[in-house]
Amino acid sequence: MLELRQITKRFGNVLANDHVDIVVKPGTIHAIVGENGAGKSTAMRIAYGFYTADSGEIVVDGQVREIKSPHDAIALGIGMVHQHFMLVETMTVAENIVLGAEPGTSLALDLKSAAAQIRQLSEEFKLAVNPNEPIEHLSVGQQQRVELLKALYRHARLLILDEPTAVLTPLEVEEFFVILRRMREQGKTVIIITHKLSEVLAISDEVTVMRDGKVVGRVQTKDTNAAELARLMVGREVLLRVEKSDPKVGKPELEVRNLSVTDLFGARRVNDISFDVRSGEIVGIAGVEGNGQTELIEALAGLVDPARIDGFINFEGRDLKTLGARVRRELGIAHIPEDRHRRGLLLDFILAENSILGVHYRPPIAALIGGIFIDDNAVQRRAAEIIQNFDVRPPNAALPARALSGGNQQKLIIGREYHVDPKLLLVSQPTRGVDIGAIEFIHRQLVGLRDAGCAILLVSAELEEVTSLSDRLLIFHEGRIAGEVDPKVATLEEIGLLMTRGH
Amino acid sequence: MNKLARDLLFPLIAVVAAFIVGGILILLVGDNPIDAYRLLLGSALSWPDGIGYTLFHATPLIFTGLAVLVGFRCGLFNIGAEGQLYIASFATAWVGITFARLNPWLLIPFCCLAAISVGAVWGAIPGVLKARFGSHEVINTIMLNFIAVALVSYFTQYHYKVPGDPILQTAPIGEGAHIAHLGKFIPGFPERIPLNLAFLLALLCCLLVYLFLWRTKWGYEIRATGSNPFAAEYGGISIRKQIILAMAVSGALAGMVGIHEVLGNRHRYYDGFSDNYGFTGIAVALLGRNHPVGVILAALLFAALQHGGIYVDGFSQHVTKDIVQVLQGVIILFVAAEGFFRWLLRRKASMERLRA
Repeated sequence: MLELRQITKRFGNVLANDHVDIVVKPGTIHAIVGENGAGKSTAMRIAYGFYTADSGEIVVDGQVREIKSPHDAIALGIGMVHQHFMLVETMTVAENIVLGAEPGTSLALDLKSAAAQIRQLSEEFKLAVNPNEPIEHLSVGQQQRVELLKALYRHARLLILDEPTAVLTPLEVEEFFVILRRMREQGKTVIIITHKLSEVLAISDEVTVMRDGKVVGRVQTKDTNAAELARLMVGREVLLRVEKSDPKVGKPELEVRNLSVTDLFGARRVNDISFDVRSGEIVGIAGVEGNGQTELIEALAGLVDPARIDGFINFEGRDLKTLGARVRRELGIAHIPEDRHRRGLLLDFILAENSILGVHYRPPIAALIGGIFIDDNAVQRRAAEIIQNFDVRPPNAALPARALSGGNQQKLIIGREYHVDPKLLLVSQPTRGVDIGAIEFIHRQLVGLRDAGCAILLVSAELEEVTSLSDRLLIFHEGRIAGEVDPKVATLEEIGLLMTRGH
Repeated sequence: MNKLARDLLFPLIAVVAAFIVGGILILLVGDNPIDAYRLLLGSALSWPDGIGYTLFHATPLIFTGLAVLVGFRCGLFNIGAEGQLYIASFATAWVGITFARLNPWLLIPFCCLAAISVGAVWGAIPGVLKARFGSHEVINTIMLNFIAVALVSYFTQYHYKVPGDPILQTAPIGEGAHIAHLGKFIPGFPERIPLNLAFLLALLCCLLVYLFLWRTKWGYEIRATGSNPFAAEYGGISIRKQIILAMAVSGALAGMVGIHEVLGNRHRYYDGFSDNYGFTGIAVALLGRNHPVGVILAALLFAALQHGGIYVDGFSQHVTKDIVQVLQGVIILFVAAEGFFRWLLRRKASMERLRA
């Protein structure tokens, strides 16, 4: 169906695609996997005409074709669904779908026949989308199906999906896979770009693995496993499953009682919850994002106005509620925030300056002339320690944080928060947007900190992560704790149901 | 390209572009741009008068440039330097008049303290309003400009004017409050040139602002707040405190124009003395890339234009000193456009990074 031959693409001095060969057979689901920056999306954008290759050729249905723009690609039956949807919120499904390919004469828009056609497509692939519904009324999963319809409406026979599951809940992922399989049955070809190995194994027929702009492996899905794919992606052996011993649980460090948090608009985001976190254990919080996890962590970290908090937060027997973030840090609470660009880093500051955020005002950092002046030697020492211990690359403390990759930014934050030897660590989405190699490292660090006696509260949208790391698992649903399970025995289905139904 | 070269590149482009645009305009009105520029810069750089007056004019611009810089570094746009320097100058004169008989060793520091503290308070008001109620500092500083100007005019007119004086100015301050012209210390540099000790104070302030912002924990907190208030809050920094602190420091720096004007130049409060120093300070800070050294260079450039403009007015056929306004305007335009160019560059770079 589609073949990329010896595709090479250079951006400045970065070789994004280096003689890439990809063969996608018709009627299959083909996964393209690789770490961030491996060149997966570049290759697919070339196939879709977003970029033109420096050299190499594209073969569609056995014929060499020039694809200079998405327009050419669509004409050849190639459609692409991007990670970020391109939909107009206030318009209906049908209006969005015909946008750019309006039916009827140039004067009169024939929406009715388009809507009928869309309904027919929707039924054919069992997408259950009403063409007359405005986009803003649809869930994320439904919006994605609208994007699929958009491509189908333009007679796409090959669909390229860029990280399609990143925005979906586990249940939506299941539904989405059913749709993909149905498309395959109907004779469509699907390319799915992803870095989630479990999904690759669940849905694809064939896999192309990319690393550093090159294709490093082509395998049949049935002949491979997660460990092999991870090894191909990273270029070395990767431990996928977190290895950890039984927790040596100590006294409760954090006791939360009847805690409620309202947001700026007065809506209750956390609703009357109680739980403990003891030293030496990782308590996980699973849940669909936006169910109050963010507000809970921020309330515990001292980033929420006390007026919006109800109930008790006790840390080592002390009520935290009215204490500011600085005092909480001094008491031994560290925080790895979910959004490292918004909360965790001063992107325009250099690594050295970022490494002291939170301890910048006290010795040994602010130590000169009555504790007013910052001791640059101490800053450099601290930055060097963090960079070395947490393998931050490139190891140059004078670089702005902006210059680092997501994984290295995250390592810097984790290093900074570990450096204070916290008694309680609040950590949110520790591996979001982080490469597999770094994920393994971060997981080991979390377990290491736990074994050293730290109490850890972990929030993650990645079910696998939160179940494999946690010693106890709380499931959040609409601001309440829907249940507590033992992550060693609970099944993903059981957790998924608690997450979505709340009981 | 190293960082210094990059920091210098855009301001240089802006200045050169301004001179090219200005040159075309001079041609259009029928003069020779080379001659006009020679007159402009030659008069600004002549010894001793040109250089003396350029440094003299640069002094208030350094203060206001620093004031705007400190605000910017905290993410605040202090458009109120004009009001702050007016009210502070009046306060300086008030102290100099009221305690005229005091020993100079007491009176001068006392006057300086008045300039600094009144400027700081006037600057802190919009800071408090923003920290407490979230009202925007741009609106409040603009409004406080009007209030300050009206207030000091009122007090000058009805309470502190010498009866019968046709000029709207206060009575002179005590002799003990005068600070020396630099001509007193530099051989061959005439004392009639009003360049005074406040210039050295301005340079000292550049050093102090640098140390404050980049070497102290308070400066770190101000810059962190300006860079990313959410991350600052996360790091245990009180954003409200930083807003008030930065506005107070900003106001204090603007207020120091009063030391230059009242103690060093006119020795009284003269209504309407400021040649838009507070607003030009915004351009100075922008062209100086919000760095104290850049502020010195930008203030010198603007001061040279200002001083040279007088000569262009007097000695050229068609061009008037308005050409200086044009040059300043185009420089500001290009400096502002830098954001646009950087955005273009960033977009190009991020398009290239979209390969993931």
